[in-house]
Amino acid sequence: MIGRSGAGKSTLLRCLNGLERPDSGQIIVDGETVTGRSERQLRAIRQRIGMIFQHFNLLSAKTVLENVTLPLKLAGVARAQRDKRGGELLQMVGLAEKAGTYPARLSGGQKQRVGIARALACDPVLLLCDEATSALDPETTLSVLELLRGINKQFGLSIVLITHEMNVARQIADKILMLANGMIVEYGTTQTIFRNPRSEEARLMLRAAGFLPEDAHVRFSV
Amino acid sequence: MSDFPYNDLFSCFLQTLQMVGLAGLISFLAGLPLALFLVATGPRGIARNKVLNRSVATFVNAVRSVPFIILLVAVIPLTRFIVGTAIGIMAAVVPLAIAATPYYARIAEVSLREVDAGLVEAVRAMGGSRFAIIREVLIPEALPGLISGFVVTLVTLIGASAMAGVVGAGGLGDLAIRYGYDEFQTNVVIAVVAVLIVFVWALQFVGDRLAAFFNRR
Repeated sequence: MIGRSGAGKSTLLRCLNGLERPDSGQIIVDGETVTGRSERQLRAIRQRIGMIFQHFNLLSAKTVLENVTLPLKLAGVARAQRDKRGGELLQMVGLAEKAGTYPARLSGGQKQRVGIARALACDPVLLLCDEATSALDPETTLSVLELLRGINKQFGLSIVLITHEMNVARQIADKILMLANGMIVEYGTTQTIFRNPRSEEARLMLRAAGFLPEDAHVRFSV
Repeated sequence: MSDFPYNDLFSCFLQTLQMVGLAGLISFLAGLPLALFLVATGPRGIARNKVLNRSVATFVNAVRSVPFIILLVAVIPLTRFIVGTAIGIMAAVVPLAIAATPYYARIAEVSLREVDAGLVEAVRAMGGSRFAIIREVLIPEALPGLISGFVVTLVTLIGASAMAGVVGAGGLGDLAIRYGYDEFQTNVVIAVVAVLIVFVWALQFVGDRLAAFFNRR
C-alpha cells in the first residue's frame, strides 16, 4: 500500500488487525471476519496476524530472545518450548548470537530483524508492515526487504507493507494499492502501475520519484 | 548538661525506620495500582474512562492538598478504628501512609505515562490483554522511574515522620525537638541531622543503583 503521509495507509493497515475500528464495511482476513468483534475475540485474531513497525517497538527492558518469544508467552506456550522456537526464529533472521542482549545495543537493521522474528513467532497467516523500512538507511532497507521477500517465498506468508517510497514498493510488491485522501486511486500489479498509471495521483508520485519516462532525462543528467 | 542520649538516638532511629518502612511499603502497594489506574483510565490509556479518571484524580489531589500536620490530627478517628489506638508508632503509620500513597501515585503516574505508546501498541497487536500490557510493558519499561520515585517518596516520608511526635510515635524528629528545642542540647540536634543525612544518602545511593540496574536503554 502506497500513498503520501496522511493518505490513510496506517489507518487502513491498523483496521486489518482491529487496532482501529472502521466506521462501516467488513474486513475479512483468512476467512475470519475482523470487524464487529469483541476485544477478546480480536485478541485471538491478532495472535495470528504479525505486525512490524517503523520504530521497531521492541521492549527495552527485555532481551532480544524475550522480545521474540513474548507473543508465545502471551499465548500461553511453556518456557522451554518458546525459547526453542525463539532460537529458531533468531537463527532465521541471522541474529542467533544476540539472544541475550538488550535492544538498545542493536543497530536499526538488527532491531527490525528482531521485530520480524517476533512478528513470526505465532506462525501468522498475515504479516503487516507499518513503514517498516522508513527509519532505515538504503542498504539496510534493501537487506530487510530481501528478508521479507524470502519469508514470503519460503513460507507463502502474505505480507501487507505500507510505504511512501515508490522504490520500496517497486522492489518488493507483487501488487500495489495506492491511497490518496483516504480513497483507493489505483490497484493492480506492480508492473501495470509503474508502466501504465491511470490516476493523476499515481502519475504525480511516479514523477516525483523519477520513474515516469518523460522524466528519464532528469535522472540521467544528475 | 546531661549525658549524650546514645540509647535514645538509637531507639528513635529505629522508630523512624519502622514508621518510614511501613508507611513506605503501604504507599508503594497502594500507590502503584492507583497510578496504573490513573494512567489506564487517562486520555491515552488502555481503559479510557473520563468519569472514573476525573473522580479519582480529584480525590488524589484533595488528599495531597492537606498539610501533613493537619492530616495527622484529622485522621485520628480513622487511626483509632484501624489500629485501635491513637498514639504510638502504628498510629503514625496510618496518616503517613495516607499522605504518601497519593504522593507516590502521582510520581509513578508520570513514569508510567512516559512509556512509549508504540510499545503498548506492539503488545496489543500481538494479542496482549490489558493485564499483559501492564505486566509486560508498563511496569518493566517504567521500572527505573518507579524506583527513583519511590526513593523520593521515602525521603519525603522521613521529613513527615518528624511530626509524628505529635501522636507520641517518637522518632528522630521528636528526639531533636525534645532534647534540642526543649532542653537546649544542640549537640543532639546535630547528631540527629547527621544521622538523617547519612540515612537519606544511603537510600538515594541504593535507589540510584537499583534504577541504573533496571535501565536497559
